[in-house]
Amino acid sequence: MRIALEARPEPSRLMAWASPLLAAAATLVAGFMLFSLLGKNPLDAFFVIFIEPVSTRYGVGELLLKASPLMLCALGLAVGYRANVWNIGAEGQLTIGAICGGGLALWLPQLNGAWLLPMMIVAGAAGGTAWAAIPAWLRTRCNANEILTSLMLVYVATLGLSYLVQGPWRDPEGFNFPQSSMFGDNALLPLLLTGTRLNVGFLLALAVIAAGWLFTARTLAGFRMRVAGLAPCAASYAGISAKRTVWIGMLVGGATAGIAGVGEVAGPIGQLLPSVSPGYGFAAIIVAFVGRLHPLGIALASLLMSLLYLGGEAAQIGLGLPSAVTRMFQGMLLFFLLAADVFIGYRLRFRRSPGAGAIPAPAQGPTR
Amino acid sequence: MDAAPVPRLQLSGITKRFPAVVANDGIDLTVMAGEIHAVLGENGAGKSTLVKIVYGVVRPDAGTIRWNGEGVTIDTPAKARALGIGMVFQQFSLFETLTVGENIALALDNSRGGRELDDRIRETSARYGLALDPYRHVHTLSVGERQRVEIVRCLLQSPELLIMDEPTSVLTPAAIGKLFVTLRRLADEGCSILYISHKLDEIRTLCDRATVLRAGKVTGHCDPRRQTNVELARLMIGHDLPHPQHRTASTRGDGLLEVRNLSLAAEDPFGTDLAGIDLSVGGGEIVGIAGVSGNGQKELAAALSGERLADTAGTIVVNGVPAGRLDAAARRALGLCYVPEERDGHGAVPEMSLAENALLTAYGQQLVTGQGLIRKRAVRAFAEATIARFDVKTPGPDATARSLSGGNLQKFIVGREILQGPRVMVAAQPTWGVDIGASAEIRQALIDLRDAGVAVLLVSEELEELFEICDKVAVMAQGRLSPVKSVAETNAAQLGLLMGGSFIAPDGVPAALAPREP
Repeated sequence: MRIALEARPEPSRLMAWASPLLAAAATLVAGFMLFSLLGKNPLDAFFVIFIEPVSTRYGVGELLLKASPLMLCALGLAVGYRANVWNIGAEGQLTIGAICGGGLALWLPQLNGAWLLPMMIVAGAAGGTAWAAIPAWLRTRCNANEILTSLMLVYVATLGLSYLVQGPWRDPEGFNFPQSSMFGDNALLPLLLTGTRLNVGFLLALAVIAAGWLFTARTLAGFRMRVAGLAPCAASYAGISAKRTVWIGMLVGGATAGIAGVGEVAGPIGQLLPSVSPGYGFAAIIVAFVGRLHPLGIALASLLMSLLYLGGEAAQIGLGLPSAVTRMFQGMLLFFLLAADVFIGYRLRFRRSPGAGAIPAPAQGPTR
Repeated sequence: MDAAPVPRLQLSGITKRFPAVVANDGIDLTVMAGEIHAVLGENGAGKSTLVKIVYGVVRPDAGTIRWNGEGVTIDTPAKARALGIGMVFQQFSLFETLTVGENIALALDNSRGGRELDDRIRETSARYGLALDPYRHVHTLSVGERQRVEIVRCLLQSPELLIMDEPTSVLTPAAIGKLFVTLRRLADEGCSILYISHKLDEIRTLCDRATVLRAGKVTGHCDPRRQTNVELARLMIGHDLPHPQHRTASTRGDGLLEVRNLSLAAEDPFGTDLAGIDLSVGGGEIVGIAGVSGNGQKELAAALSGERLADTAGTIVVNGVPAGRLDAAARRALGLCYVPEERDGHGAVPEMSLAENALLTAYGQQLVTGQGLIRKRAVRAFAEATIARFDVKTPGPDATARSLSGGNLQKFIVGREILQGPRVMVAAQPTWGVDIGASAEIRQALIDLRDAGVAVLLVSEELEELFEICDKVAVMAQGRLSPVKSVAETNAAQLGLLMGGSFIAPDGVPAALAPREP
């Protein structure tokens, strides 16, 4: 008896949706084993990580609060990913968005919030877009790989923010801490639920999710992005410009990440700090894939990822585990998802006769 | 005892089921020593599956194989080669950047390259009239020469059975004649040949016996030399072929598609540069472009469709508008529709539904609102209309493109383009790999377009097809286009000469023919 992978005649739709659930289950099992090895009671640990953080009204508020930037970033990334445009730099675009939005808040402290907040959001989106335009330009002009350029620009952006808060934008009354002044109330997003930190940024994220759904499912432009990802030759045949696809894919991701950056500094943080995101821009890559690049799936996957962030914090406090536990779970989730995705295109076959292997592919060469 | 001679190969009851289809259903086939045996059938009849079973690429679900009288299990191509079975695939498996000798050494099971092998290659190729230089790089070879590499590679293993899968689809008429001489010579020496084809004339010229397949079953054994094309076609498709209605051309509107001195360097390092192409297609006529594949047809089609832009706008004029710098969508808006050579991933997106594939190019047919929103009902209706008008066999517009057979998907693509009401239609190999029935329907559709006053440009490698429906033809060779001639004033032999590049002035000696040292 031997096990073989056999190609399915059609990719399985069921597996495409079941695969994230399978991956989540496998992550839990692996976590169970991990905690056992660390000498913690796994059930207690699960309770502390996954149940306790959302057992209060405040906790639910935190869950939605942290899900918002993930939704924003992941949705924008997914627009590009569907078209095989690989923007890895949402973290940097988020940071630039935070700088642009936060900069407005620092420059115009007297302005009415009804004017200031929309301006900050627009500035953040514009900043993120501009940052994403660099790899888009390099790709379309010089054919430079956008994975590398967008990733490297993350570090440029974080160092830029670091310079600003240690230098020109440092709070003069901040005891030399590397941070800006606190924003005025006019530059803070209004709270949504009393007793929590949840703000209207969450509604903004939901609106962007809805817009993303409209774009991908109902517009010709969204359809063309999908064609570009699935079949580049068919795209050029239909008159879909490959360069335009790269521009749209990169810029949409930059804009939503920039908005997410404003949401952080005008929300829970309230000022500019050397780091404005615990890696939301990178986690959003996982969220986008766990959510199957589908807006609704992304909304759900954002909640899951947000829970992992909360659980990681709780594990530090309640269990004395290092904060790396969050990254561990993120990594395991993506790992198991990629593994489970194999079964969308393939299925397991158990064969009885020992000599019968998988059918070899016909001889295919590089030329016709 | 003087029994009947033992068959070289005997298949009985061979059955192979794939998830969606029974490709082979109880097939019996006997090949004697030194026999050239045709396996004849439409695309999708199960020919390829059957020979892949013989060559050990696919394993049958049921049935037995006897080789020289002995029951055998052929589970890998290596096993097949060890028995003495060689196969030349339709798609060549050669590395362009390696030499002939290196390619052959790679494919031999007991590979030991070097001078000894090179000598054997020279000797074998000379013996069968397949001149080959082991030191030449494969990318400098013509398609016919590449096929020789594949054949010589098989012959080096002294096969007792040689399987040829559609070997002539890439050859000029003259090269086909040479190939047949080689194959007859091999058969005289006792090698059996299993010859897969859907071209009736070839089989009647070459083969001693034929087994006809239809929908995975054997529908007849016959001596093809004693059958007419009509009889063979009836065995193959089960009914008589519709004959296309051909009226004489009535040109209306001069030069709906004009190409003026188009030269374009190839993007692909192994592609063909286009050089000084002049062409004019008027409304109500079909102009054919003949030629052996790989002589620039692909590049010409891409330049006409707008997938590649010309250097200046005036080089290509569509419907009176200079279009050389317009992309495919803008040319489509001028009334130029296009059927590309590749169906999967070019003419259609395999993973998407037929409705979405209709939207791919027909978005201009009021399928999208002014705000860019897709009108789903209109898209479905357009796809349904295409399916109904062109008799596409499919459950409906939600079926994925990949679920359709090649012929049906091609009918859908051609239909989608025609229903957009083009003024100019460019069709590249629209019947390549399409079964006879669907081919006839596609040709008829092109003729109907012509009669409706559309300018039709047909790129094809099949001379029969060109003579059947075109009003004028020109030949492409080495990226150049011969002068256009009326079909009535030329014949296959003349076109064959042109395919070899006879019209090209000596100063324009193309790189592919110039001697090249490694």
